[in-house]
Amino acid sequence: MTRYIARRALMMIPLLIGISFMVFALLNLVPGSPIDQFEFNPNVTPADLDRIEENLGLNEPWYERYFIWLGDVLRGDLGNSLVNYTPVWYALRSALPNTLILAATSLVLAIGVSIPLGVLSAVKRNSLFDRVVTVLTTAFNSVPSIWLGLLAIILFSVQFQEWGLPSLPTGGVKDLRGGGGFWDRVQHLLMPAIIVALVSLSGWTRYIRGSMLEVIRQDYVRTAQAKGLRNRVVLMGHAFRNALLPLVTLVGLTIPDIFGGALIIENVFAYPGMGRLTVLSLQQNDYTIAMACVMMFAVLTLIGNLVSDVLYGVMDPRVRYD
Amino acid sequence: MSENIEVLNAGDSRLAPTLGESQKGIQDRTNLHSTPGFYSRAWRKLRRDKLAMTALIVSAIILVFSFGAPIVALFTGYDYQTGNLRTILQPIGYENHHLGTDANGRDILTRLAYGGRISMTVAVLATFYALAFGATIGSIAGYYGGFIDSVLMRAVDVIISIPGITLLLLVSVWWQPGPFGLAVVIASLGWTGVSRLVRGEVLSLRHRDFVDAARVLGASDRRIIVKHIMPNVLPIVIVWTSLALPGLILTEATLSYLGFGVQIPTPSWGNMLDEAKEFYTRSWTYVFIPGAAIYIAALAFNLLGNGLRDALDPRLND
Repeated sequence: MTRYIARRALMMIPLLIGISFMVFALLNLVPGSPIDQFEFNPNVTPADLDRIEENLGLNEPWYERYFIWLGDVLRGDLGNSLVNYTPVWYALRSALPNTLILAATSLVLAIGVSIPLGVLSAVKRNSLFDRVVTVLTTAFNSVPSIWLGLLAIILFSVQFQEWGLPSLPTGGVKDLRGGGGFWDRVQHLLMPAIIVALVSLSGWTRYIRGSMLEVIRQDYVRTAQAKGLRNRVVLMGHAFRNALLPLVTLVGLTIPDIFGGALIIENVFAYPGMGRLTVLSLQQNDYTIAMACVMMFAVLTLIGNLVSDVLYGVMDPRVRYD
Repeated sequence: MSENIEVLNAGDSRLAPTLGESQKGIQDRTNLHSTPGFYSRAWRKLRRDKLAMTALIVSAIILVFSFGAPIVALFTGYDYQTGNLRTILQPIGYENHHLGTDANGRDILTRLAYGGRISMTVAVLATFYALAFGATIGSIAGYYGGFIDSVLMRAVDVIISIPGITLLLLVSVWWQPGPFGLAVVIASLGWTGVSRLVRGEVLSLRHRDFVDAARVLGASDRRIIVKHIMPNVLPIVIVWTSLALPGLILTEATLSYLGFGVQIPTPSWGNMLDEAKEFYTRSWTYVFIPGAAIYIAALAFNLLGNGLRDALDPRLND
C-alpha cells in the first residue's frame, strides 16, 4: 500500500510539470500583458515601459521564462505578483484556506445528505418519499449554480432583511466590522457551501439509489434476510457497505467538479478564495498568480483522486495494489 | 487511477446495446409482416413517455424562440440593442415590455430571444464539435487498442483530472473568441466523456461475431468502423448528445457570467445574468428571467435525454 501511494505520488510529478508547461504557454501567448496598466499613464514614458518590462523579466522569450519559473518553484519561490508586486505566497496564504473550507464543507454536506437520501429512496422504492427525491434530484441536476446563488442572495439577504427576518450576509468570509468569530464565519459560509453541495448532491443521490437497488437484489442479501436478521442489520451491515463502493470512485472523480463549483460560486458571493483570485488574476493578466492558482487546483484535484483510489482499496479487499 | 477506469469501463460496456443480430433474425422469421426497426420502436416508446414528450415540446419551443429571434422582435416591436434611459428596470408587463426592461431600458423579452440564439448556437455547436472529436478519438482507441489506446486514454485522464473551468477560463482569455470560437473552446474540454463511452462500446463490439465475419469477408478497417460498428454505437451517442447539451448550455452561461464567454454588447443568457446581478436589490425579475431561461432550457434537454436513454437502451426493453 505504501509503495502504491509512493508510486502514485511520484507519477504526479511529470503530470504536474506537463500541466504547468501547458498552462504557462497558454498564459504567455495571451495578447495582453501586465504592463498594459501603464500604457495610458502620461507619466510613464516608453523608456520606463521597457525598463519595467525588463525588471519583471518579461523581455525574455516565454519558454525561457518557463524554465526560470520552474526552477524558482522547485526552490519554493512562487515569484511576485506582476500587478502589485507582493509575493504570490501572500495572496495564496489568505485565499487557499477559504477555498479548502468551502470545498470541504460542501463535500461533507453533499456526502452527508446524498447517502441517506439515496439509501432511503432505494429501500422505499416507488414510495412517495422516493418520488419526491427523484423529482428534486432531477430538478437540481441542471440548475445553473450562479442563478441559484443570486436568487439565494435576493431571498435570504435582501428580502429577509426587508421583512425583518434574520438575514444572511451577501458575501465575503467574515463581517468587516469586527467579525471573524466562528458563528460569523458559519453564516458567511452557509449559502455558498450549500449551493456548491447541491451541484454534486443530485447526481450522487441517484447513483447511490441505483447502486443500493443493485446490491439489494444480490443473493447474499437474501441469504441474510432468510437467516432472519433484522432488516436494519441486513441493510446497514450487508448491503450498505457494498453499495457505497462506487460512491468512493464517484466522489474522487467529481472532486474537480467540487473545486470548479467553488470557483464559480466564490465569484457570485465575492468569497475571497482561490476561485475569485483566479478570475481576478486572469482579468489583470497577472501571470504569476494565475499560474499558482491553476497549479494549486491541479494539485488539489490530483491529491483528491489519489485519496479516493486509496480509499477504494481500503473498502474493497478485492482491489490489489501491485 | 487505473482501478477506477476499469470499473467505469465495465460499467460502460454494460450499456452496450444487446440487440443481437440473431435475435432480430428470429423476429424477422416469426413475423412475416415488416417488423418495426430499432428506431421506430424507440420512437414509439418515447412517445408514451409523457415527461420526455413534454421536454421535447419545451425544447422545440426554446429552439424556435431562440432561432426565431427576429420574429420575436417583430412581435415585441423593440430592438434588442436600443434602450430608453427613461424606462429602466421596469417590472414585468410595463407598457409593451412583456418581461420588463433592463438597466439600459432595453426590452428583456427581445434580448432573451437574441441571447438565446447565441447561447443555443454556442451550446449546439460545442456539443457537435465535442461529439465529432470525442467519438473519433474513442473509436480509434477502442478499435485499435494496445499502444494507441493507452496513449489516448492517458491523455483523457490528464484532461479529466484538471478542474475544467480553470482551463476553460485560460483558453478563453487566451483566445477571446466570438460565439463560434467559444464553441470550439468549450468542446476542447467536453469531448472526453463521449470518447470514453465510445471507446468502451467499440471495445465490446470489436470481437463480436458479426465484426469478425465482416473481417473474414475482407472488409477494410474503415468499412468495419463505418458500416458495422458505428450503427451499433449510435444509440449511446444520441443519448450522450442529449445529456451533454444541457451541461454545455450551463458551461456557456457560466463562462459568459464570469466575463470570459460571449462579450457584451452581444447578448447571451449568461452575460444578461452578469449585467443583471448589479441590480438585484432594484429588480429581481431582471435577475430571475435570464437564469430561468437557462434553467428551463437545461432541464428540458436533460429530461429529453433521460427519456431518450430509456427509449434507446435495449437493456430496459423487456
